[in-house]
Amino acid sequence: MDDFTPIEDFVSPGLPVDPANTTGREALGDPQGVPELSDVDCPDALRETIEASMARYPDHKSASIPALWAVQRTYGWCTPEGIRQAAAVMQVTPAYLESVASFYDLFRLQPSGESQVLVCTNISCWMRGGDELLDAFCAATGADRGEAGHGGALSADGSVMVSGFECLGACDLAPMASVNERYFGPLEPADAKTAIEQLRGGEEVLPDKALTARRLPGGDEESSDERVTSTKGPNR
Amino acid sequence: MSIVETRVLLRHATDPKLATIDGYRSYGGYSTLEKAYGEMEPDTIVNELEESGLRGRGGAGFSMGKKVSFLPHGNQTKYLCCNADESEPGAFKDRELMQRNPHQLIEGIVIASYAAGISHAFIFIRGEYDVQADILDRAVAEAYEAGYLGRNILGSGHNLELVVHRGAGAYICGEETALLDALEGKRGNPRLKPPFPAVQGLYGGPTLINNVETLSNVSHIVANGADWFKSFGTEQSPGTKVVSISGGVRRPGNYEVELGVSLRDLIYGLAGGPLEGREVKAFYPGGSSSPVLTPAEMDLPYSFEAMAEAGSMLGSGSIIVADDSVSIPHMALRTARFYHHESCGKCTPCREGTNWTVKMLERVVRGEATPMDLDIITSVQGNIIGHCLCVLGDSMAMPVSAMVNKFRDEFEEVIARAAINGLPTTEGLESNGDGFEPGPDGVGLEVLQRERLMGRPVPESAQAAEELPRG
Ligand SMILES: Cc1cc2nc3c(=O)[nH]c(=O)nc-3n(C[C@H](O)[C@H](O)[C@H](O)COP(=O)(O)O)c2cc1C
Ligand code: SF4
Ligand code: FES
Repeated sequence: MDDFTPIEDFVSPGLPVDPANTTGREALGDPQGVPELSDVDCPDALRETIEASMARYPDHKSASIPALWAVQRTYGWCTPEGIRQAAAVMQVTPAYLESVASFYDLFRLQPSGESQVLVCTNISCWMRGGDELLDAFCAATGADRGEAGHGGALSADGSVMVSGFECLGACDLAPMASVNERYFGPLEPADAKTAIEQLRGGEEVLPDKALTARRLPGGDEESSDERVTSTKGPNR
Repeated sequence: MSIVETRVLLRHATDPKLATIDGYRSYGGYSTLEKAYGEMEPDTIVNELEESGLRGRGGAGFSMGKKVSFLPHGNQTKYLCCNADESEPGAFKDRELMQRNPHQLIEGIVIASYAAGISHAFIFIRGEYDVQADILDRAVAEAYEAGYLGRNILGSGHNLELVVHRGAGAYICGEETALLDALEGKRGNPRLKPPFPAVQGLYGGPTLINNVETLSNVSHIVANGADWFKSFGTEQSPGTKVVSISGGVRRPGNYEVELGVSLRDLIYGLAGGPLEGREVKAFYPGGSSSPVLTPAEMDLPYSFEAMAEAGSMLGSGSIIVADDSVSIPHMALRTARFYHHESCGKCTPCREGTNWTVKMLERVVRGEATPMDLDIITSVQGNIIGHCLCVLGDSMAMPVSAMVNKFRDEFEEVIARAAINGLPTTEGLESNGDGFEPGPDGVGLEVLQRERLMGRPVPESAQAAEELPRG
């Protein structure tokens, strides 16, 4: 931008500035150049995690999603600087990793609190009260309901992100939610408040509503079918 | 209850120790792998799989054995990708299979890889399944330790590396070629076919892609033979199937049955039928991409062929039941919104078609549509079907057009009622805070833009309408 000459007497029309221009995802350094490791301050643990991932694939670029997971686990979200560090380790451009990160819903490109609550509002959950459950999580946290339905909203104190989500693959728990990557359901609206209080108090969240505590719906009895009981393979 | 489950894949699944290698072995696990390496030729295994008639459990129902036989012989590097992305609304069977019996899947992967001369395998699991991915990670480490994975497996000279790869939240990555791109570290956009993955897949090499449940069947077939497998199910749909049942039923969950049992047995017998005081109004027989069926079709057998004949599909084997409290136009809107959100945007009929279908359905539930709009919705679906790069577009078009065709009266009634009330209905719209589209009587786009440029507040709902879809 050396040859940039400001226009004299330029009067700002007072247009609002897109906040993303000044805060949000401002590019640090050249997004199109490959940063050197010596240019970034990459924590050793992060570098080692990414290098270990790279070693597991025939082509090291395959580690881009694992690398972004590592960035997110390190910083709480995919920070621009974290992405630059990962790019330096992988020897790709930050722009490349940004383009990957923005494709996937689970990569958070904005600060997103210490806890994340994803509430399913897809077909089966919607039929059983998924929208009301999202309402209840918003009420319990003070998160904005409109934004929560559009990619996520932070709680009033900034510690919890609440987000309406597509089917999480647990429609048998409908209506359900994923709290810090653990599944719970079926939930009543009142469970939202309990779960948030437990999160804040550092307690175990809704232990009897956890997916992992669930039995098979058809009970524990095994089939007496001859063909099954005489099997020579696994599960015999 | 007249029907019982036939648990083959889910047998002993209630025993938590089955998820460990010792537990799995105590029930006969890995004995088939040892037998395969010890006394079976790869071609014998491929023949057995082909002979068994095992059809893919991930959606398309293609013969697994045939797919294996399409891989070229010779010693180039070949790959296997297990599709554990499971993101179609209604589907949750792979989650159960991986969580309760991860080694059954690993044993299947190793045997299939041995049969096809594959040296690198991946399990692509959706990122949301964190618990299940941890379980798989642990199981894979156990299998390496036991010598069932790694170099020179059981002294056979066959090498196999297996990596559990977590996705990061994109339904489209379940589509096999998008999965390959995602695994190569790119954005998950589908590729043009041909070439098919069996010829040119991951890193350009021949690649076998199968669903979790398909691969979980492999060791059972190899252990017991094709005839044993064919003794379950129907002629064209042999075997058992883990069926996910959800929505308006009393006992939602996964049930394993022989293919060919009746829908009534599944929905009423196993899942307990509709909730107190409710009746079944419609159901998706094979996940949210399958055209809905009505109670008149309740006595059909649940098989690939019977569902296809009824104009729908078995798909991944996920039944979503809508009871009489559900508004079909609103259900159509939910369905369309999902595909709109998940469309990768690479091809026009899907990107634009899902967008306009959502807008038109929103107009329907707001009472701003006319019955003629229903014809337009139908014709848009017709223009999507068969014109997209992958089947995501069709996956919206098929159920939406089935709903409009089979429940047209209800669509017309919703439009009429909303219009007579004068005020448009906002049911199903408000709750998501979206759905506002500036129309002729509302605020025009230009007006919005001007207001925004002048720094004046824009109605909140109008901002929502302008947001770009995520994904
Ligand atoms: C949009 C879309 C999403 C899909 N999602 C999945 C999925 O999550 N899991 C799956 O196994 N197959 C999915 N499929 C089907 C796969 O493309 C592929 O046919 C399947 O994995 C092949 O395995 P199978 O032959 O064992 O069924 C999807 C297809 C499309 C078009
Ligand atoms: S059909 Fe949709 S999801 Fe598939 S490639 Fe085209 S735009 Fe992408
Ligand atoms: S619809 Fe909510 S988890 Fe599937």
